[in-house]
Amino acid sequence: MASLTHPLQREFNPYSENGGTILAIAGADFSVIAGDTRQSEGYSIQTRYAPKVFRLTDRAVLAVNGFAADGNMFVKKVKQRLEWYRHAHSKDMPLRAIARLIQTMLYARRFFPYYVYNILGGIEEDGTGAVYSFDPVGSYEREACRAAGAAQSLVQPFLDNQIYFKNQRPAPGTSHPVHLPLPTVLSIVIDSFTSATERHIEVGDGLEMYVVLAKGRNLHGLEGIRGMQELTVTDDGERVFVVRRDLKKD
Amino acid sequence: MNALIERFSTRTSSSGVLFHARNASLVDDGLHEDDYAPQSLATWGSTAGFGNLPQGIGAPSFAMPSVADPAAFLRLHTDASSSNPSCKIKINHGTTTLAFAYQGGVIVAVDSRATAGSSIISGTAKKVIEINPYLLGTMAGGGADCFYWETYLGMQCRLHELRNHERISVAAASKYLSNLMYSMKGSGLSMACTGTMICGWDKTGPSIYHVDSDGSRLKGDLFSVGSGSTFAYGVLDQAYHWDLTDDEARDLGRRSIYGAGMRDAYSGNYCNLYHVKQGGWEFVGNYDLNDLHYDGFEGKSYAHEERTRGRSSANPPLP
Repeated sequence: MASLTHPLQREFNPYSENGGTILAIAGADFSVIAGDTRQSEGYSIQTRYAPKVFRLTDRAVLAVNGFAADGNMFVKKVKQRLEWYRHAHSKDMPLRAIARLIQTMLYARRFFPYYVYNILGGIEEDGTGAVYSFDPVGSYEREACRAAGAAQSLVQPFLDNQIYFKNQRPAPGTSHPVHLPLPTVLSIVIDSFTSATERHIEVGDGLEMYVVLAKGRNLHGLEGIRGMQELTVTDDGERVFVVRRDLKKD
Repeated sequence: MNALIERFSTRTSSSGVLFHARNASLVDDGLHEDDYAPQSLATWGSTAGFGNLPQGIGAPSFAMPSVADPAAFLRLHTDASSSNPSCKIKINHGTTTLAFAYQGGVIVAVDSRATAGSSIISGTAKKVIEINPYLLGTMAGGGADCFYWETYLGMQCRLHELRNHERISVAAASKYLSNLMYSMKGSGLSMACTGTMICGWDKTGPSIYHVDSDGSRLKGDLFSVGSGSTFAYGVLDQAYHWDLTDDEARDLGRRSIYGAGMRDAYSGNYCNLYHVKQGGWEFVGNYDLNDLHYDGFEGKSYAHEERTRGRSSANPPLP
C-alpha cells in the first residue's frame, strides 16, 4: 500500500544496449564493411552469432550497432523500401540515395529514435568506394573510414593512424597513400577486431567482413583469402563477398 | 493501388505503440492541398526519399512514443539539450558558426568539429548546408535537426520558384523555416536547441537571418552561433566594418573561426569558408586550423605565440 502514500515514478524505458562493434573502410574501387557477431546485455552473452552487417543490394552493405531489436527492425524497413524502389524503377537504388533514405527514415523517428548507429558502405555510381556514417537521428557524412559501437573509442584512433596517417609526416620525397590496397585494408580490419576483442568485454566470438568490389574490378589480391563466399545476385557488375573469421570467445 | 499504399507505407500506419501526431499546416502561406497531385500508379513506392511527407501541405509526420509527455521521454534518453550527459543516445553537437554581410556580399565561415559528450565524433563535418545555388544555411546544435529541416526548406524554396516563376527572397525562406520551428514548439515538442543563419543575396542585396528552434527570427549584418560564438564575436567585432575588401573579409572570417577553435574545446579541426555574391555562393576553401596556427594564411601566422616568438619576455630570443 506504499503506493497510496508515496508517489511512484515510472519511466518508459524501451531501450537496451547490446554491445559489439562495427567498422567500414572505403578504398579507391572497393569498400569493406565489418562487424563482430557477439550480442550481449550487461555482462552476459546472449548469443555468439547475431549478424550486424547486412547486404542491401549488390553495391550496398549496411552495418547496424546499438540496440539489436531496433537495428534488426531498421534493416528490415530499409530492405523493404529498397524492394519498393526496385519494383517502381526496375533498378537498384544508388548508394548516395540509400544514404539519404536512411537519413529520412531515422529522422522520421526524431521523437522516438531508433537507438542504432548505422554505417553504410558500398560503391558509388562513379565507381568509387564509399562509407557513410550516421548518428541515431540521421546526421550523416561520407567518409573514408569509420568505427562505431562499444569499441569505437579503441578502434577509431587506430584507423586515424593507419588509414588517415593523422599527425604523421611522410619521409622526405614521399607522400602518404590516398587509398590503401584491399589486402592491407583487410588486415587492418582483422587487427582492429582482434585488438578490440583483447580489450573490450562486449567484442568477440566471430567476425564478418563484407567486401564490395566496383564494376570491372578484378579479384586481384582476393584469391588467397581463406573461406571467402560470394553473395552477388545481379549481373550489374558490382560484386559482394563475405569473409568470416573467428574471434576469441572468452 | 491506393489500398496498397495505405497498407504498406509507414506514414499511414496508426496502430500499436506508435501513433502519428500532428499534421500542423502552415496556414499563412496561401498554399492549398490541391497544389499536389495525388500519387499515381507510376510512382507508387517512390516517395522521393522523404517517405514521411504527408499528402497535403505541412510538415512531415513523426512517430511518437505513447507516453503522456514525449518531451520528457526525449530528455530522458537523448542529450538533445545537453542536460543529460549519461543518456544512451548521443546526438552530435558543438560548433562555431559565423556569418556577416559587408559591401562585397556575405561571408559564411564555420568550424568542422562534431562532438557527442566529450568525444570528437568527426573532425570533417560539413556545417554549411547548400540549400540552393544562392542560399546557404549554417548548422549549430543538433546536426540531424539542422540538416533535415534545411533540406526540407530547400524543397519548399524550389516549389516556390515553380509556382511563382521567381526566386524566393532570403526573408521569405527564413520565415518559412521560423514558422516551421514555431509550429513544432506549439505541438509541445521543442526540438534540440538549434541556431541557424540563412544567408543569401536577393533583390534587396546581401542579407542574413538568424533563426532558432524556439521560433525567433532576427535580421542583421553580423551573427555568430554555437558554443564558440563568444570567442568568434571577440575577433569579429574588433575588425568588422561595412567597407571591408573581399580579402580582408575572408581573412576576418577565417581568423574568427581560428580564434574560436583555439579557445573553445567543442570547436576546431577545419574552417570551411563561403562567400555569397550577387550571382550566388562560392566555396572559398577548407583550412586546417592547425596549419593556420603554425604557418598562417599566405605566410602571415594567426598564432600569438608565433607572432611574438623571440620578442616577448615569456618567449625570449635565443642566446
